[in-house]
Amino acid sequence: MTKPKVATTSLAGCFGCHMSLLDIDDRILKLVELVDFDKSPVDDIKTFTGRCAVGLVEGGCANEENVHVLQDFRNHCDILISMGDCATMGGIPAMRNTIPLQECLDVAYKTGVTVYNPDNVVPNDPDIPLLLDRVYPCHEVVKIDYHLPGCPPSADTLWEALVALLTDKPMELPYELIKYD
Amino acid sequence: MSTTITFTIDGVDVQGEPGQTIMQAADAAGIYIPRLCAFEDLSPHGSCRVCTVMVNGRPQSACTQPISEGMTVENNTDEITEIRKDIIEMLFVEGNHYCMFCEKSGNCELQALAYRFGIAVPKFPYLWPERDVDASHPDILIDRNRCILCGRCVRASRDVDGKTIFEFVGRGPNKRVAVNAEANLKDTDAAVTDTAMDACPVGALLKKRVGYATPVGERRYDHNPIGSDIESKRTTTA
Repeated sequence: MTKPKVATTSLAGCFGCHMSLLDIDDRILKLVELVDFDKSPVDDIKTFTGRCAVGLVEGGCANEENVHVLQDFRNHCDILISMGDCATMGGIPAMRNTIPLQECLDVAYKTGVTVYNPDNVVPNDPDIPLLLDRVYPCHEVVKIDYHLPGCPPSADTLWEALVALLTDKPMELPYELIKYD
Repeated sequence: MSTTITFTIDGVDVQGEPGQTIMQAADAAGIYIPRLCAFEDLSPHGSCRVCTVMVNGRPQSACTQPISEGMTVENNTDEITEIRKDIIEMLFVEGNHYCMFCEKSGNCELQALAYRFGIAVPKFPYLWPERDVDASHPDILIDRNRCILCGRCVRASRDVDGKTIFEFVGRGPNKRVAVNAEANLKDTDAAVTDTAMDACPVGALLKKRVGYATPVGERRYDHNPIGSDIESKRTTTA
């Protein structure tokens, strides 16, 4: 029997949730027995090789590339999980949501006190993904099946959730494993 | 006159004294009714509606409704739990609640209620309102991004401190807590020792330079759900 496949990605996140995933310590050996990793920074596979049972998405959507990757995950994964506060509510990147985008760019590239930018231009290369008007949590872009808040979600939270899904058990996380910080 | 009033909460007989509210009688009986704007001995406000219970089939706020003989109160039912979850989720999307760096995280009553109800994420779209911060006072910070308009600081300052430093201004989505001064909090006679400073359920009214003092794992709601202190007093079993 082939093992189910898991894909992971970090959109507008800091990779802290992926670090938390690695923080399951030696249980990672058991995880490798349970699953194969498909597209993921863990094995550096860049494109999906097939259908995946579970997709773990860290980070919200701050630019158009985030949206494309998230839609790609939705198309390839049976179960899609928002992992961490950025994916579930926007997180730190969403702090720009109360400030107009142009103002953010001006401070970042022109008027900020530590900015050195003699040409005084905001980067506008076609290869750079366009920023969205604001940062969106994943469930405001595609259908998300499970949400694991936390900054990051603890290794135990991620482990319990993954094992429950992969062994067809209901995901009933105890009080201590659902935290927003 | 000392008569006892007997009524039921979720089918359990509860005794109370005349003049008590449903919440006071429930607390004494060890039955937790979730609440946000009700706080210790402050006069009830009845505004957050988290303590909504069904009294003889009609919704009432438990913090304001007096008990009466033979009344039937429903508290922990699926219907009411759904209403309470909706209210809490709306409070999360109506403000800017960044729990990950908030000083109050772990000790926050709004967050603790979300934990107790097992809310992973609000079902409503985030509104990202523009709210201002008043850091003018040397010892106190007001962050209106986190304010849920419970009025606990308003009542504590007015009724306990006798200062009336805070008051609501504006209506609907523009409603906010203002200070009793031409400009900012520093122009009031607010002091960090005021009882109002301990009344805020969230991180909207903070004392400066004391944040993050308690390590993660030892904070108020890290292991025990909000209300478990009340429930531990319970003697009757359902």
